[in-house]
This record gives sequence, C-alpha cells and structure tokens, in this order.
Amino acid sequence: MAKVAKSPWLLHYDGSSCNGCDIEVLACLTPIYDVERFGIINTGNPKHADILLITGGINTQNKAVVEQLYSQMPDPKVVCAVGICACNGGVFKDCYNIIGGVDNVIPVDVYVPGCAARPNAIIDGVVKALGVLEEKREKMKAERGKTN
Amino acid sequence: MANRSVVPFGPQHPVLPEPIHLDLVLEDEKVVEAVPKIGYVHRGLEKLVQKRDFNDFVYIAERTCGICSFMHGMGYVEAMERIFNVDIPGRAKYLRTIWCEMSRIHSHLLWLGLLADGFGFEALFYQCWRMREQVLDMFEEATGGRVIFSVNKIGGVLKDMPAEMLDKFVKNFNYLELQLKDITEVFLKDYTVESRLRGVGILSKEDAITLGAAGPMMRASGIKIDTRSLGYAAYEDIDFEIITSNECDSYARCEVRIKEIFQSIDIIRQAVSKIPDGELSVAIKGNPNGEAFARMEQPRGEAIYYCRANGTKFLERMRIRTPTFTNLTPMLHTLKGAELADVPLLILTIDPCISCTER
Ligand code: SF4
Repeated sequence: MAKVAKSPWLLHYDGSSCNGCDIEVLACLTPIYDVERFGIINTGNPKHADILLITGGINTQNKAVVEQLYSQMPDPKVVCAVGICACNGGVFKDCYNIIGGVDNVIPVDVYVPGCAARPNAIIDGVVKALGVLEEKREKMKAERGKTN
Repeated sequence: MANRSVVPFGPQHPVLPEPIHLDLVLEDEKVVEAVPKIGYVHRGLEKLVQKRDFNDFVYIAERTCGICSFMHGMGYVEAMERIFNVDIPGRAKYLRTIWCEMSRIHSHLLWLGLLADGFGFEALFYQCWRMREQVLDMFEEATGGRVIFSVNKIGGVLKDMPAEMLDKFVKNFNYLELQLKDITEVFLKDYTVESRLRGVGILSKEDAITLGAAGPMMRASGIKIDTRSLGYAAYEDIDFEIITSNECDSYARCEVRIKEIFQSIDIIRQAVSKIPDGELSVAIKGNPNGEAFARMEQPRGEAIYYCRANGTKFLERMRIRTPTFTNLTPMLHTLKGAELADVPLLILTIDPCISCTER
C-alpha cells in the first residue's frame, strides 16, 4: 500500500458466523487496533459503503440479504470475506443449511483466513482491499474516458 | 385511532452486530406489536454431531458462539463426561472455573460497550472495549486464542496455567477492577445515561417468571436464580452471593451486569488461591453410550446441553437450549408500548446472542 488517497467506508454484515469473527471485526474498530487511522469508518448504510466485510458462510435464509446488500453498494466496490467460514464454509461446510462460502453468491476480492480471523489479519485484508478498490476506480475512470 | 404502520427492522442494522429481523407495528411512535423473523444465522450445527466423531465435536460445539465459546465447549464436554461417568481432576475443574469467569468478564464488557454505542456514547464504548482487550490478552497468553480457545477435551483440559501466570493475571484483574470503578460511575450515575435507561423496558417479576426470562435479565427483575449455585466445576468451593435488583428496568439490567463483573473478578481471586496441583485430564475409554444433561450459567443466562450416544463414535443427538432463546419472549413483551427510538436499546438489554440461538 503506497498511499491511501480516499477514506473508504466499510459495511459489515454477519452472514452465518459464530460471532467469533464478528467481534474481531468490531475489535478492529476499537482503540487497540483502530482502523479509523486509515480513514476507515464503519457505516451501517450500504449506499455509503466501499468495502463489504462479510463474516460467516451463506445459508438459504441470508442469501438474498447478501445479494441485496451487494447490489445496493455503489461502484467501485470490494468484497472481503473474513474467516474461513466466509471463505468456503469452514467447520460448518457439511451443515445442511450452509451453501458454502460468500463467493457462491457474490464475487469476493479478498479472502482473510483464520478461525477466528485475527484483527491483524483483518486489517491486512482491508488494506489489500484498498489496493483492489483503487485498481477498480482507475479502470472505471479509463472506461469512462473511452465513452466520452 | 392513530394510523398503523409497519416498520421493518434488520436484519442488517447499524446497532445490531448480528442479524435479526423484526416487523414493528407502530401507532404513530409507539410500538404495538413486534413480530420477529429469525433464521439468518442458522447453520444446522446440532445435526453435525452425526458426521463428526464425539471428540472432534468439541471444536464444533465451541463454535456455537464466539463470545461464550469456552462455555459452549465446556457444556458439551460436561455432558459427555456424565455419559462416560468420569470425574475430572480438581485442577481441571478450577481452570475451567477461571476461564468461565474470564469469559463472563469479557462478555459483559462487550455488552456494556455495545450498550454505550446503542445510546450514542461513543467514548464509553471505546473505554469498555479497551478494557475487554486486556482480558483477551490474558486469554491469548493462557490458551493461544483470542476468541476461540480449544482448551477443553472430554475428561479435562488441554492446557495448564502455571502459578506465575495465575499471579500475574490476578494482578491484571486488580488493575482492571480499578478501571472498572471509573466506568461504573458513568454507567450508573451519569445523568444522560440514566435518562436513557431508567424506567425503560420494564419487565415485572411475574412477567419474568411466566415468560421465562434467564440470566441477568431475570435477576434484574428480582428473581434469585443462578445456575452456578448448583456447584458444577469448582463453584461448590467458591463463595458468592447471587446479584439481583428489584427495579426491573434497563438500568437494573446494566447494574446487575456491572456488579457481576466485580463478582467474577472476586471468584477468579478465590479460585487462584485455592487451585490444587495435579493432573489436567483423565483418559476416557471406548465409545459413549447413554444420555446426559449438563447445565451452566453463561453470561446471558442458563444454558442446557443434552447428548445422546448409542455406543458408536457418532452421537445420535445433541441439543442446546440457549439463554437468548428464552429471553426473546420477554424482549418482545418489553417492546410493546415502547417508543420506536428505544427499540435498539431494548433489543440490546437482553444481550442477544443470535448465533447461539439459531445455531
Ligand atoms: S471462521 Fe471460525 S470464528 Fe469465524 S465465524 Fe467461522 S467458526 Fe466462527
């Protein structure tokens, strides 16, 4: 990460996580880890968000919710799957109600491993996501340039 | 008659870390009815017991909920130990007690923070979570994990805490106690905080009994029940008074939980002074056969674990009854007649854990 040009806002959604990864995501926002120093703010509104952090796998009930949240976010947007559950289902992979990782329903850009994912790893993931966000923004700019 | 409207609340909502959906039927600003819709976090974890062998399932049971992860693991292994009919070594019992109380402290601090966030006191939220990190640091030092510890096994525990570590932890907790006294002042005496909590979400003693409230929610309505007094793990050797309050409102729930943190610190001190030396676990032989219950007091109330085995390495059934599940009905009751603006706070005061409720 060479520079952070903008203040990316983050939306957190708890898929079907056990809470372990959730509280670690929240811990990232608190004074010890403090992602706000990168200008990152946790917002509750998908229309304000640039980065979607999802913890936990996809089940039949929350599938539609995740799809809807993703579609409400403005472009460019980045999805970051936090924890092994969100990456591929994790320990709950064989449960009857689990479809699998988040990439079953929406495209995922960054995978953060761990069960539970540690705050350091989550911050690392978010910083990687910032890079991807920047790339996507550049690409959008270039495409807009072509049509104009 | 005033106009009725239905406001959907959740599953994704700024104050809720976890997804729950409520349809709030409003008359102007007053809630007349709340209809919950759950299942967003349902995984089907109990059924997994038929696919994982009984030893491995400890790790799945722990992941029922990442906040009380230690206690979920412990509830499952205690039920299994009853089936195997083994008595675990004294040191393991004490270690479990200490870890349980540490979990309670971190869970209550987490809740206090979320509550502060719920009524818009950001600095207080940060203070609570900063203090909570100190408990997590100790957990990390003792077990290697911050939220998921994996130190339980059927027949005992996997890791020991040496005497120096225990002494150090007691010192840390003494320091934590000092910091806690400062924030207690704010939670219980600050004018603005009181104005948000006093008289909000009344649950009378009678209602608490008929609707089946559990844990601090019940104790804040003046009912003196705490499963720890049954004396599982090392609790029979520990002195403690059950904390109750007769005010029945959100303020009382906050007060009970804060006092419980002080109590937990005291229990840890007692446990450290009495912990015996010895083995950490006993060996278990063969496959389980039979059925058993285990009960324990989690931060949110009483949880019950049931296991049924059939002599193979896969259990037939495992069932958990979680405190939040029984607290949902009292919560819906307190929502009736509340102002829309108080709804997030009222949901928070039961300290909901959706993930263990839906499993
Ligand atoms: S990855 Fe582990 S800690 Fe995270 S939600 Fe899944 S089971 Fe819980």
